[in-house]
Amino acid sequence: MWRFVLRRLLQMVPVLIGTTFLIYVAVFALPGDPIRALGGDKPMPPSVYEALRHHYHLDEPLITQYGRYLLGLARGDFGETLNGQSVASLMATGWTVTVQLALTAWIFELVVGIALGVLAGLRKGGIIDSLVLSGTTFIIAIPAFVLAYSAQLIFGLKLGWFPTAGTDDGWPYSYLLPGVILGSLSLAYIARLTRTSLVENMRADYVRTALAKGLPRRRIILRHTLRNSLIPVVTYLGVDLGNLLAGAIVIEGIFNLPGIGQQIFQAVQIKDGPTVVGISTFLVLIFLLANLVVDILYGALDPRIRYE
Amino acid sequence: MTNTTDPAPGTPLLQVEDLRVEFRMRGSTVNAVNGLSYTLAEGETLAILGESGSGKSVSAQAVMGILDTPPAYVTGGAVRFRGTELLGLPEKKRRTYRGAHIAMIFQDALSALNPVHRVGDQIAEMLLVHRGMSRGDARKRAIELMERVRIPSAGSRANDYPHQFSGGMRQRVMIAMALALEPDVLIADEPTTALDVTVQAQIMKLLRDLQDEMAMGLILITHDLGVVADVADRIVVMYAGRVVEQAEVRELYARPAHPYTEGLLASVPRVDVRDRALTPIKGSPPNLAAIPSGCPFHPRCPRAREERCPDEVPALRDVTGTGHGSACHYAEEVLGG
Repeated sequence: MWRFVLRRLLQMVPVLIGTTFLIYVAVFALPGDPIRALGGDKPMPPSVYEALRHHYHLDEPLITQYGRYLLGLARGDFGETLNGQSVASLMATGWTVTVQLALTAWIFELVVGIALGVLAGLRKGGIIDSLVLSGTTFIIAIPAFVLAYSAQLIFGLKLGWFPTAGTDDGWPYSYLLPGVILGSLSLAYIARLTRTSLVENMRADYVRTALAKGLPRRRIILRHTLRNSLIPVVTYLGVDLGNLLAGAIVIEGIFNLPGIGQQIFQAVQIKDGPTVVGISTFLVLIFLLANLVVDILYGALDPRIRYE
Repeated sequence: MTNTTDPAPGTPLLQVEDLRVEFRMRGSTVNAVNGLSYTLAEGETLAILGESGSGKSVSAQAVMGILDTPPAYVTGGAVRFRGTELLGLPEKKRRTYRGAHIAMIFQDALSALNPVHRVGDQIAEMLLVHRGMSRGDARKRAIELMERVRIPSAGSRANDYPHQFSGGMRQRVMIAMALALEPDVLIADEPTTALDVTVQAQIMKLLRDLQDEMAMGLILITHDLGVVADVADRIVVMYAGRVVEQAEVRELYARPAHPYTEGLLASVPRVDVRDRALTPIKGSPPNLAAIPSGCPFHPRCPRAREERCPDEVPALRDVTGTGHGSACHYAEEVLGG
């Protein structure tokens, strides 16, 4: 087990190097000149231009720049943005916002999604089941930004229940509306996955055995059926944590939350390499860690899984 | 430990009477069990023999009260345990009979055991729920039960999961679980079908020994005439959801009184008779959504006659005066050979 974890952690190193390199190249290949953009409308004296290019090592070949970046990373230095701020401190503020948003969405989809799926699955073909099936189809069919603007209009402006933008009210109040919107798509998938898995497991032979043992229905569902049904759901939830962080970009824009989504969007526009690579690397890292946690949880839930 | 009132003397341990089960599918109804009757005496071993689709497993699940409803519905009949009718009981009450008085084991022990729980816990669960035992006591008792079904190093194996056991050992776990509450009736639904022949023999011997020790009634559901011969006291032969013949084992083997049983015996190889040609029963088991009129076996029966068999359903009747029942219009002829 620990060997497995260690091996997986070691495997992350080449993946991280590979992804950072790809992103570095992608930013390098972006059209436009970031230093000239710094000057805005005003022409920049050639000496200043050259000095800045040298300061950000943009006059060196790509490989040297990348090597320098990796060396910095190894020392825990994420570099600095084009306006002289440290990328590490920029990310600290951005990640705080995004993590709060993603966690709100995640808790929402976990609790409500599983609850709806269980209610629907227990009475397959019943009223709740029909409502859940049609409701989730509806959510899956509608683009997230349409949901977001509608929610802002109805619950923010017309009813005035929630703030429509910014983080002034702190967690959780400011994050409720964007969190629910962000989590709604996955909620639909989780509800459906839970339902299908539960319905399938209720027909399983071991449930018939549990019945033959004379166990109460409640115990059969909680200890036997549900335990087995939730294995695929847990897998989905783990991987989805990474998706939520990445998917936050659109929602952060709409609700004007100063998270990493906003930052990476602006950084790409001004061709700010260190910021883009720093944030992306973190995203990749979180994704890899989430996958590892899922694999470990999977083994805890299903004893048939063995690590080697 | 019975919570039933003392039955009148002579009341059978288990009595199934005119049991009917149908599956309601979209557009059609499948009649799986059509008026099945049998009794099981205290300590007796009754074999229920039939091809797949004869309704033997479905009727056992109806007796246990674990049918999948929908699509399966019990539409008539009675199931009496020591005189107490079980079919009308509310689920809360019915549940207390399952496992405690009537227990069941299944064909495929791997899928019948929960893959994510330790086998010791699955056995102990019976004692926790029905007897209100503490976890520690239930676990100790579970290990004793595993020893009783002769699982080696039961103490440590109790912590293993079902997939870590061999097929035979898994079936032993199932048996230990079924016997946890010392039931009065054990229904074994093809308990050895999924096992190797040598393991089959071990499991059958185990079942027979345990039955002797615990003096319980055993219903052995099988399609295998070989399994039945050494173990059963009496045999009920099912066809299309009905009993077509019932008799003591020796009597049935020596003098079958129904053409179907006759056909079954002729289709099994025997070691004591050399160079005997095997004769299969022609045709295939009936479609239960459209059971033939009259005697359901008549389209496949070598002795069928135009004048009665296609129209008149034969009743099960005592054809020897000694309790040998046959549902054939011409049973006497069959007996005569």
